Amino acid sequence: MRKGQHRFVAGFLLIPVALYLIFVIWPYIQTFGYSLTDWKGQSQTFDFVGLDNYTALFRDDIFRGAIWHNILFLVFIPVITILLALFFAFMVNAGGRGRSGGVSGVAGSKYYRVIYFFPQVLSLAIMAVLFGAVYRSDGGGMLNGALIKLGLVDESSPVEWLNEPGFVLWALIAVVVWHGVGFYLVLFSAAMQSIPRDIYEAALIDGAGRAQSFFRITLPLLWDSVQTAWVYLGIAAMDMFILVSTMTAGDYGGGPDHHSEVMSTVMMRNFLLYGRSGYACAMGVVMLLLTLIVSVVMLRATRRERIEF
Amino acid sequence: MGSTSAENTGTGDHTPTGVGRRDLIKRSAALGLISVPTMGFLSACASGGGGEESGENEGRTSDSNPFGVKEGSKLDVVIFKGGYGDNYAKAWEAAFQKKWGVTSVHTGTQEITGKLQPRFNAGNPPDIVDDSGAQQIPIDVLAKNGQLLDLAEVLDAPSVDNPDQKVRDTLIPGTLDAGMQEGKVVALNYIYTVWGLWYSGKLFKDKGWEAPRTWGDFLAICKDAKSQGIGGLAHQGKYPYYINVAIMDLIAKKGGLDAMKAIDNLDPRAFVGSDAATEAIEAVYEVVEKGYLMPGTNGLTHNESQTRWNQYKAAFITSGSWLENEQLKTTPQDFDMKFLPMPLLPGSALPFEAIRAGSGEPFIIPSKAKNLPAAKEFMRMMLSKEWSTLFAKEANSLTILKDGVDPNVQLRPGTQSTVEASKAAGNNTFRYLYTEWYSEMNTAIENASNELMAKRIQPKEWLKRAQAAVDKQAKDPASKQNRRD
Repeated sequence: MRKGQHRFVAGFLLIPVALYLIFVIWPYIQTFGYSLTDWKGQSQTFDFVGLDNYTALFRDDIFRGAIWHNILFLVFIPVITILLALFFAFMVNAGGRGRSGGVSGVAGSKYYRVIYFFPQVLSLAIMAVLFGAVYRSDGGGMLNGALIKLGLVDESSPVEWLNEPGFVLWALIAVVVWHGVGFYLVLFSAAMQSIPRDIYEAALIDGAGRAQSFFRITLPLLWDSVQTAWVYLGIAAMDMFILVSTMTAGDYGGGPDHHSEVMSTVMMRNFLLYGRSGYACAMGVVMLLLTLIVSVVMLRATRRERIEF
Repeated sequence: MGSTSAENTGTGDHTPTGVGRRDLIKRSAALGLISVPTMGFLSACASGGGGEESGENEGRTSDSNPFGVKEGSKLDVVIFKGGYGDNYAKAWEAAFQKKWGVTSVHTGTQEITGKLQPRFNAGNPPDIVDDSGAQQIPIDVLAKNGQLLDLAEVLDAPSVDNPDQKVRDTLIPGTLDAGMQEGKVVALNYIYTVWGLWYSGKLFKDKGWEAPRTWGDFLAICKDAKSQGIGGLAHQGKYPYYINVAIMDLIAKKGGLDAMKAIDNLDPRAFVGSDAATEAIEAVYEVVEKGYLMPGTNGLTHNESQTRWNQYKAAFITSGSWLENEQLKTTPQDFDMKFLPMPLLPGSALPFEAIRAGSGEPFIIPSKAKNLPAAKEFMRMMLSKEWSTLFAKEANSLTILKDGVDPNVQLRPGTQSTVEASKAAGNNTFRYLYTEWYSEMNTAIENASNELMAKRIQPKEWLKRAQAAVDKQAKDPASKQNRRD
């Protein structure tokens, strides 16, 4: 590099790096520091307790249950969302038959695209309210109301969707999937449209059906987008704080009886309600580690050879 | 992350390093993204340093100015803007400024924790706080951190209305208990509240029901209600706090004050081995077992279930005396809301009239408040007849000041019935303190109650779980400092 260029580059880098250090790295370090204390969160007096918080964490059934729930979310949310989004995107873009050599969407696909995308414009807080009404535990709830009308549910004992240990996680997964499918449909559509049509036409001439053209052509050429979607959805699954804390019972959610607990809700309850902030910071550190591990694993596992076209 | 140029084979005319770098950036971006949600939580843990401030706000003390309020100083007031709104506080502040020349900075909010926790941590708290609502900072946590002023000074000061009397002696007996931590009053629970069952006078008149005095009568009404397609008991299932009111009140009335204190004092036989607790929980479970609950009530929020009750979908509901104010908009004109003490189990130690009564809505003065003199004076004035009446008018509720409401203020039917109930109760009132002392144990018992109401556990299991919560709390060394006799 020429003289002066160094300074020019350094000038651009210095401020962002400094900001990153102050507002991202420093809080992490502070949190780690607090996690070694019995800090109660309402003053600056605390004692150093070493790794006590971490050993307590290993024995905390509620937190371990929460990790397990996060893992369940991590498996089911990306898989279901991506499969549905891929299916819909394929149908909307290349699923139609008959016209223009078989490379158009099913009839009315323009409208489907808008309809599917619609949930994405809602914020999570609105979704929580919306699905609160869907899952409402008496006859006034949308699901219960419909089931009672159909005679599938007895009016005097409606299904308490969010108050059933067996249902609550699935009810939450359904919300996230409903919210996410539209966005990934649009993402995959964009990627699909960049796939040259002649590839499809060639496949069609060779006698490929819908399934074959999907698995042999669309999916391999879409792999980068799927990988991106996977990482994003993984992040959503590791978090889940807003939905769980607003939709389920208990302080910061997690009910009934800790059956929908995720790491962040346990952490918030310990941090703000029980005044065990040092302990909560230890949870924060564990969450950070787990999310880092998950993201590295996901990126590794989905790595494929790139196909250029 | 290992080699980043691994996937470069066969990518045509790109230089290997170019692609590698692009991937590297992409991946670090993904990693960065992942850390974003975690970050939010983590940085919540981080905090600034502390700061000290010397008392510049002290004026000269006199008989009429016992704390030495300084004219021209500023008072930082934070009010929980919930069911009672914050208009009453604005009216107070106007009166305060008029009398003392102290201007106030008013904050009305529901996010008490979010707004105040960082300020407490930084040693820069407001001067006076109404620490209430779903996001209240637990008093026990604040007290343990030495953040609360011992209010003895205010309570022992002369009353505004009658300088010969201490402020303490103008209050309804027992109302200071709820603000006690480790033997000191650190929070002034300002609003007088009674807890129990509620019903609609109109519905009862239409159906020809009489307000029940025994648990048997109560069950009979539930049965009749069910046969007419109405729920018996409604409760705010998403918040098991409310059904615990019924359970705990039954225990206290059956077993007397000793049964209540056993729980507060973390007795090893508070639940398991207590006849009162066993009978009470079995009585409540009978309601569940016989299907007398309002359908779906276990999963409803307080608004949803209370509104259903307002629509005559259930005969009874559990709640405290804020219920009427909270439901103002959805209550039909002729609903005729009525309060009912918890009906009696056979052989109860306390009479039917006995009620859980006490104070709620804790006002605190942080020990590091900048303007302590004005904060203390403000609290002293809160306990004057003038300000108490101001509160009753604006917030439609009673305060802990004895006869603190001007008789000309007309009360709503529900509030009126609580006044009558507390008169009938006389000294027969009780009040649990474990909810204020032990937030973790409280959560555990609430969870167990939720399971019981959903029929997923039996009374025996409930007793075991509640006892386990008590035993766990008793192991905490800090819990020895909270005791009541």
